[in-house]
Amino acid sequence: MVEILAKRQGPLDHLAGARGAAVELSVAPPRAKFALRCRADAVAATGRAFGIVLPHEACRATVMEDGAALWLGPDEWLLFAAEGDADATAGQLATALGGTHHSLVDVSHRSCGFTVHGELAATVINHGCPLDLSHASFAVGMCTRTVFDKAEIILWRVDKHTYHVEIERSYAPYVWNMLVEAREEFA
Amino acid sequence: MTACRLSRGGRIDRNKRLRFQFDGRPYEGFGGDTLASALIANGVHLVARSFKYHRPRGIVAAGADEPNALVTVVRDRARCTPNLLATQVELHDGLVAESQNRWPSLALDLSAVNGFVAPLIPAGFYYKTFMWPRAAWSRLYEPRIRAMAGLGRAPTLPDPDRYTRRYAHCDVLIVGGGPAGLAAALAAAEGGAQVLLCDEQAELGGTLLAAGDATIDGKAAQSWLSETVAALSRRDNVTLLPRTTAFGYFPHNMLALAERVTGHLADPAPNLPRERLWQVRAKEVVIAAGAIERPLTFPGNDRPGIMLADAARIYAARYAARPGSRAVVVTVHDGAYRAALELAACGVEIAAVADAREHPDGPLQAAALAAGLPIRTATTVTGTRGRQRVSAVELSQLTSGQSGGGSETVACDLVLMSAGMTPSVQLFSQSRGRLRWDDTLQAYVPGGSAERERSAGACRGIPGLQAALSDGYAQGEAAAAAAGCRTGAVRAFAVSAIEPAPGGMSGAAAVGRRARQPAFVDFQNDVTARDLALAVREGFRSVEHVKRYTTTGMATDQGKTSNMNALGVLSQVTGASIPEIGLTTSRNPYTPVTFGTLAGLARRDLFDPVRCTPMHGWAEEQGAVFEDAGSWKRAHYFPRTGEAMHDAVKRECEAVRRSVGLFDASTLGKIEVIGRGAATFLDRIYVNSFSGLAPGRLRYGVMLRESGFVMDDGVVARLGADRFHVTTTTGGVSRVLHMMEDYLQTEWPDLEVWLTSTTEQWAVIAVQGLNARKVIEPLVSGIDLSPAAMPHMSVREGRICGVPTRLFRVSFTGELGYEINVPADYGRAVWEAVYAAGSASGIVPYGTEAMHVLRAEKGYIIVGQDTDGTATPDDVGLGWTIGKTKTDFIGRRSLALPAMTAPSRKQLVGLLTVNSDIVLEEGAQLVADPRQPVPMSSVGHVTSSYWSPALQRSIALGMVKAGRRRVGETLHVPMPNKTIAVNVVPSQLYDPAGVRLNG
Repeated sequence: MVEILAKRQGPLDHLAGARGAAVELSVAPPRAKFALRCRADAVAATGRAFGIVLPHEACRATVMEDGAALWLGPDEWLLFAAEGDADATAGQLATALGGTHHSLVDVSHRSCGFTVHGELAATVINHGCPLDLSHASFAVGMCTRTVFDKAEIILWRVDKHTYHVEIERSYAPYVWNMLVEAREEFA
Repeated sequence: MTACRLSRGGRIDRNKRLRFQFDGRPYEGFGGDTLASALIANGVHLVARSFKYHRPRGIVAAGADEPNALVTVVRDRARCTPNLLATQVELHDGLVAESQNRWPSLALDLSAVNGFVAPLIPAGFYYKTFMWPRAAWSRLYEPRIRAMAGLGRAPTLPDPDRYTRRYAHCDVLIVGGGPAGLAAALAAAEGGAQVLLCDEQAELGGTLLAAGDATIDGKAAQSWLSETVAALSRRDNVTLLPRTTAFGYFPHNMLALAERVTGHLADPAPNLPRERLWQVRAKEVVIAAGAIERPLTFPGNDRPGIMLADAARIYAARYAARPGSRAVVVTVHDGAYRAALELAACGVEIAAVADAREHPDGPLQAAALAAGLPIRTATTVTGTRGRQRVSAVELSQLTSGQSGGGSETVACDLVLMSAGMTPSVQLFSQSRGRLRWDDTLQAYVPGGSAERERSAGACRGIPGLQAALSDGYAQGEAAAAAAGCRTGAVRAFAVSAIEPAPGGMSGAAAVGRRARQPAFVDFQNDVTARDLALAVREGFRSVEHVKRYTTTGMATDQGKTSNMNALGVLSQVTGASIPEIGLTTSRNPYTPVTFGTLAGLARRDLFDPVRCTPMHGWAEEQGAVFEDAGSWKRAHYFPRTGEAMHDAVKRECEAVRRSVGLFDASTLGKIEVIGRGAATFLDRIYVNSFSGLAPGRLRYGVMLRESGFVMDDGVVARLGADRFHVTTTTGGVSRVLHMMEDYLQTEWPDLEVWLTSTTEQWAVIAVQGLNARKVIEPLVSGIDLSPAAMPHMSVREGRICGVPTRLFRVSFTGELGYEINVPADYGRAVWEAVYAAGSASGIVPYGTEAMHVLRAEKGYIIVGQDTDGTATPDDVGLGWTIGKTKTDFIGRRSLALPAMTAPSRKQLVGLLTVNSDIVLEEGAQLVADPRQPVPMSSVGHVTSSYWSPALQRSIALGMVKAGRRRVGETLHVPMPNKTIAVNVVPSQLYDPAGVRLNG
């Protein structure tokens, strides 16, 4: 393995974690991320190679240790793995998917993630996201591609009061600052 | 205690004294007052001047239907809000309000002269009068009319307050917190539904807030109210939103609510939004908007002190404010008797009750007779007196429907009028529900829903407290059931109250022909019954036309008090029934909404996303000047101390031509195209052939619309048999990705291809210039950069600074060049490493302006600058990109049309000014003969124009008719003060042989 001489710098690095309020925002550590597109015949093999059963139910995420698989479409998943494992994971998946038709793209740097946590997290997110985030409609473990005002986001309910927001890097400050502004009144 | 404050009763908080100012004069009120109730308690009735005639006007209503009492509330210079209704402004300590539309003062308004010439400015006056001379409109009439027009003045400073906007969902949204709305909330909440209830007033309760002696289930109505509100607010599944107006009803049960969060506070916390927009998606909606009273249209009905009967009653009952001391009641409806009785009990002398009906008969009349009120049946009002407050009314006996019997003048300082109740169907109408005319009620009521919505109580014409509660409960229950909640609850309410029977009239009260004073239908826009009659005489028949011609119902109150009376007048004049005349359409907003509320958080820096590349911070530190490219910020140029733009761009260009430059190309769109069908797919998308492209090679691709015109371009890298890295223009990527997905999903689902947007995965560092290889070579590992191993237009995967890279050898400058793609988080570190490595070669960062100059010197087009959506590949010299053996691609069929190959089409050429110092203006037109008369016929236009440091002269590109055949000709650019001669040349101006590219 070649030594990496360059330093990573994410789009939210310069923003302090916004803690200490009713709703906390914290930047998620970098992870290896893959955009996977494949047909039904490749799903099981991919899951075995990745170590996580790919969810087949719409808008559901499955989690295992550092990894996660988010259902984004009938033939589309977003995979998260530990940061250092990107090449190894890509290799394993490529081997497992060898003969089957698929598309696997490393998108580790395309987006960044942060969490919105607190009892009013859903209320604050609803300042830009039009989805119904009640338990009945968006239970823990659900995820979806949606919008936050003028930006597209992936929203994933990690637990009752914690949401993970995955956002393309250049839009990240916009959404982050909107959320900081929206939670202001709940301080 | 102020002059007109009752000594007891009302819902005001007498322990909370509030000081306020109106037009500079200090007054006192109490907690719970509105500005209107506090003014009335201080004996102030003259609060406004009318819009057109500047007539003195007073408070007419007690709620959102108020047509006259528009005021400006001033907190400071930036926070002053015009056109608020005094009836809706909650009093707080230190409130400062001003009247509008008067000069120099409310009592002495010089524009009231309009009133004297009123007979000369009838309906349609503007249309008739200011038509000629035509030129006078823009110079004379319009400026004068504008100076006179408009209500209130907008603040000139930016709004310093915060506003928010939030989405919410619920099973049942209830609009209105009166008896019907509260009962609906009880039913829906007990059924387990998630309930949101909003009401425009500060307190929930609606008519219960002034309920008098009524009891519900054996309790005083107000006790029942407070117990019910407390019970509802304890429930987890109920959200109560007072001070919140549902102002818009949009498709699929999306309703917009405006919540006033801090307007009623003297000293609001800075983190609170001033107002909040709720965008609510409701499974079911219950509209419980209530009803408003109609004014009676009689001569002189607009003097201060003439009020809606029920409004006067509300001021006394809810606010303990006595609206006058001696009242005359003029009515065609029982409701006014209730007002007369309650006001009499508060010590207001009832001088006369003039009822136009011959035999009014009901429990309220009986009670009035028993109380000894002087009732005069078959009596109407033919005029009023009093300048700034009504001082007397003229009553006249009606004989066979016309006045003419004995008349008398009755002194008074208050007139209570009532023509009946109008159900508030505005929101229902906005939802596209169908209205039905009810003859008994003399009103439109909801006839059929278009949305999952139901109306409850008075807004659907159900009169009375008992019925409103029962209906509200039933509708709430039905809404919860429809939303899928537990159902079946039934509840009866035991109510005791004396209540008016439905009925009344719309239109002008019968007064005979001799009435001299105007009878106002629309108080806010000064439209009289006579104006409406005139419009009909002049041929207007449709209510929509009459409305626009006379402006009735077009003021900020949208005709809440006037629309039904206007229809009534039209009916009286034309002889057609009201349903035959129709009804104008209700539109949002129900009441005015501030721009801040609509904008929410989307202001200043958050108005739009500002997208920055991974290297943005470095460029900022270097003092770069940025330009907007869509929502991206791109470094435009990097001025050194004291350098102007021209100098910086010149220096940057020269560095690239002389040695090496560094450019941030990260904003380029990138799409990964993967699959067995990828090459076939790209063959169909682009005019070029990609199936023949070897892995490891790049090709410049051109993409057309179906029309055959250039849509986008970019370099495509083939990374493997079934993997391509496609680049697009910065602005075109979402359009391109959308079109690709569209074709893939709808036209070619058989192709095994997947598209992944990777624009933001890669930072792109362009290193351009003859020293480019020398600069990056020490940083790169795993790639042989030698020209033989890695020629122009090739791609290799390896590492740079230890980071994975897709290294393109490509040039948009005409020099030897590379574009280094690295994962975005490494972009800045690799950029800095390249910059450091290049210092010995004098590397210079260059911005988009230098990039534009360098590419123009080479004749490389920019799609969207040199093309305008009507250029074929051949027009812009890119005919060579079209795969000669290809049988199909998007736009191919269009290219075969004769017009697309006509020799007279505009073609891309170079343009060199005869005087090499002159830089042409982009967009300038070209003509063959500058001596021809204006308008000249154009033969083309300039698309790109710069000073070229490499050529030491100005250069330009242009689209010229049959341009390539004109090479060698001289054309002319006519400018306002000179004509510039230009020579037509081939578009490649610098290194046309391309020697430097392959260095």
